[in-house]
Amino acid sequence: MKNIMKSRKTTDSTRRKGRDAQADPDEDYLDQDYDDYDNEEEERIRRIKNKGLVRVSYLMVALFLSMAGYLIYFNVVLRDDINNNQYNTKQSAYQEQIIRGNIYSADGNVLAQTDIAEDGTESRSYPYSNLFAHIVGYATNGKSGIESVHNYDLLSSHASILDQIREEKLDTKVQGDSLVLTLNTQLQQVCYDALGDNKGAIVVLEPSTGKVLAMVSKPDFDPNTIEQDWDALINDDSNSSLFNRALQGQYPPGSTFKILTTLEYIREHPDDYQNFNYTCNGSISKEDVRITCYEGEVHGYENLEQAFVHSCNGAFAQIGMEVNNDSYRKLCESFLFNKDLPIDLPSSQSLFRLSSNASYGEEMMTAIGQGETVVSPFEMALVAATVANGGTMMNPYYIDHIETYDGDIVKQYAPVKYKELMSEEEVDILSGFMKEVVTDGTARKISGEEYTAAGKTGSAEYGSEGGAEGTHSWFVGYLDAENPKLAISVIIEDGGSGSSSAVPAAKMVFDKWWYELQYQQ
Amino acid sequence: MDKLIIEFSKYVLITLMVIYTLQSILIFAKRSEEAREFLFIRQNVVMFCLHFVAFMVLYLQMNQSQILFFYGEQALYLAATLIFFRHLYPKASKLAINNMCMLITIGFIMVTRLSYDQSVKQFQICVIGTVIALIVPWLISKLKFITKFAVVYAILGIGLLVAVAVMATVTNGAKLSLTIAGITLQPSEFVKIIYVFCIAGMLSKSTEFSQIVKTTILAAVHVLILVISTDLGSALIYFMTYLIMLYVATRDWKWLALGFGAFVVAAVAAYFLFAHVRVRVEIWKDPFSVYEGSGYQVAQALFAIAAGGWFGTGLYQGSPTEIPYVDQDFMFAAIAEEMGSIFCICTILICMSCFIMFVNIAMKMTKNFYRYVALGLACTYAIQVFLTIGGSMKMIPMTGVTLPFVSSGGSSMLSTLIMFSVIQGLYILRKDEDDSFEDEEYYEEPQNYR
Repeated sequence: MKNIMKSRKTTDSTRRKGRDAQADPDEDYLDQDYDDYDNEEEERIRRIKNKGLVRVSYLMVALFLSMAGYLIYFNVVLRDDINNNQYNTKQSAYQEQIIRGNIYSADGNVLAQTDIAEDGTESRSYPYSNLFAHIVGYATNGKSGIESVHNYDLLSSHASILDQIREEKLDTKVQGDSLVLTLNTQLQQVCYDALGDNKGAIVVLEPSTGKVLAMVSKPDFDPNTIEQDWDALINDDSNSSLFNRALQGQYPPGSTFKILTTLEYIREHPDDYQNFNYTCNGSISKEDVRITCYEGEVHGYENLEQAFVHSCNGAFAQIGMEVNNDSYRKLCESFLFNKDLPIDLPSSQSLFRLSSNASYGEEMMTAIGQGETVVSPFEMALVAATVANGGTMMNPYYIDHIETYDGDIVKQYAPVKYKELMSEEEVDILSGFMKEVVTDGTARKISGEEYTAAGKTGSAEYGSEGGAEGTHSWFVGYLDAENPKLAISVIIEDGGSGSSSAVPAAKMVFDKWWYELQYQQ
Repeated sequence: MDKLIIEFSKYVLITLMVIYTLQSILIFAKRSEEAREFLFIRQNVVMFCLHFVAFMVLYLQMNQSQILFFYGEQALYLAATLIFFRHLYPKASKLAINNMCMLITIGFIMVTRLSYDQSVKQFQICVIGTVIALIVPWLISKLKFITKFAVVYAILGIGLLVAVAVMATVTNGAKLSLTIAGITLQPSEFVKIIYVFCIAGMLSKSTEFSQIVKTTILAAVHVLILVISTDLGSALIYFMTYLIMLYVATRDWKWLALGFGAFVVAAVAAYFLFAHVRVRVEIWKDPFSVYEGSGYQVAQALFAIAAGGWFGTGLYQGSPTEIPYVDQDFMFAAIAEEMGSIFCICTILICMSCFIMFVNIAMKMTKNFYRYVALGLACTYAIQVFLTIGGSMKMIPMTGVTLPFVSSGGSSMLSTLIMFSVIQGLYILRKDEDDSFEDEEYYEEPQNYR
């Protein structure tokens, strides 16, 4: 067809020259039936008349090809999501033929498996009980976590044809594929212990790949007994144990947000940010808003680095009033604020709401991580990982590969760059500041070890409508400063200042990894 | 062992389908009649193989001997159709015949898989329809006066549509079918053909402004009645077909732009005026948000296509019957689930091959009336295929029309058979003219058509 059209088109255009030269009277013939003309004339008129036909058929052929193209797009892009859609009923059909596959940690431990009793009844068990409750999820009383999102993969079998035939003969079900996660059980355990009995969350990422190495949210639950505990879990509003705080929590970021505020300031003052100075006398007032430093500390004269290291609210409130709100917002949005996280587990958006004509009060509050800004712990882990990875954010992922029950790889997940978000200079400046926070600032408790970490603390004050008030304790950072292997985000609800509870928790994780786990890999 | 055969047959079916499709595209590049003839025969062999393999699988799954008899009847029918067409009309387009038989074969396989009883009915209608279809080309080539009765067609078509709007029984929320003496018909399927004749008759008379106004009014009446009967799919087909015929007749893109503008205005108005239009759009935007209600059908279709993937689950290995009205509106999703997306892409390309053949015929016609008829029918066909396939993939909102030849539904089958044979009639007419005329040129100079 294309050939037909092409040759016609070229003849058309050569013909058109002739026709135009003779001007339009010719056109009148065209509406007549034309069998009275001699052959050459007939052919000529036919070509002109067919021009419209050719165009229309190009359009229609494009329509057909667009259908084929959409079907390809459907299979390549949309298919996985639809297969894993929560409403998808095709899966219950598979359940009759396939035994739900296992879930393993990166270090080879079983996190979820299907046990089959002698009478053939199946039950799902979780050897680590509460430890992986939120990320692995549960598969009875509805589904959550990986059990929900990767339901289709767990109920698919890529076992060899021969196996499938043998099993059909024996009239047994086929074993579904296994998921092997990127999470490490020992690292997960130390994060779990570090949170203790507090409410909060810890997320650990590998900066160079985006692998999720650990993700803990507390309070938690035991997926083995979810059926018995269901009513209690559902009715307990004060703990909301089923809620994955690491991904779905929306907390004020407190001073950890100064990482992004500083980046914005450096970006607006690439050559003279060193000239920034501020004299802190414990508070700053503008219009009717007064901002004080944590516990009323007075920092005196500071440059940008000192303000960052002391986490001086006055200095950052000043910066907040100076920077351009629109480019500030754009910067935060490039770091995934106001957007869905690129992860397929349920997550909440981190929000940055500063408008271009915001009041000074709003600007000051936003710059120090209070105000209307909220973040998930996972989001802050991504920010730390981006600095640690030289400014490039990696797409986070938690499944290393899918394999058949006997270990043949079905699908291998590979690191994917999300975006380069910072220049080399910006990374150098920020990582220098963050290192100084650990060696000589609010995160000093991590210093004095064989390793050098980098990070930023936060003490995020909150007040709810119910009148409850308090301070969440934050630490975000990475290990080690020279050659980052871990990026971490810790929040402990009502933990007080960052240095009082989040920093020691992060130190526990860093110690465990540095002195023990790094040699096991 | 059955499992192995089914798994293996899946790939055999896809391979056969790909071979057939490549042949029906390659045909346009073959120059000599002899080479073409050879390719046509090979296409038939491939088609019969595909039919055989598919029914073998169906037999293994259903384990009923009646399937074997049914297979025999269908194979006989296909052979008879091919032989009769070739011998009664040696000048007919063999590609169009082959494609028609191939699409009917796919329909046979899938309808039988979905519902045996339905497929027996479908088969009977198909046989009757084919007998009619064998007479139509002869009528077209003999009854040259059919070019003159545009107004008669208009009265007939509008009359039938009004009858539907007034008396029809409501099915699936749309007034579509009339029951006369126990036979249920869906007149809009047949009016489609008369309508194309009507518009072709009007536009071939003249393309002066007054004539265009008259034609537009006639077309608008058709479309409006369909909109009132809430048969939006047909309304869209009628409207687009008119627009394209008008553009080709006048060669003036301004009409196309004007018509398209009118379409946008009408679509926006319809969105705000009619609740059922809003529902369709909402389903299209996110079928899962209304999963429990109106979105269920489209959501199930998407699950089916996704479950099938590239290679499909294999016949009887999926659950396409979960989709409400799967055998009519969502046949494409059923094929995608069990035969796979590659098979479906081939189906799309075969439909495209039919369309290209039709336009090719339109280009060769000398009389404007016949040109417009061929073009108009080609467009109704292409747009209908687009609406149903695009709708079941959620590429566009669902409008509820059938996939010609493949979906179950007697009216659709009959009208498509007639449509194809009308075009065959035109093809034969042209070849007759060539012969009576002399001109060697058209045969000796095939590069003109290539």
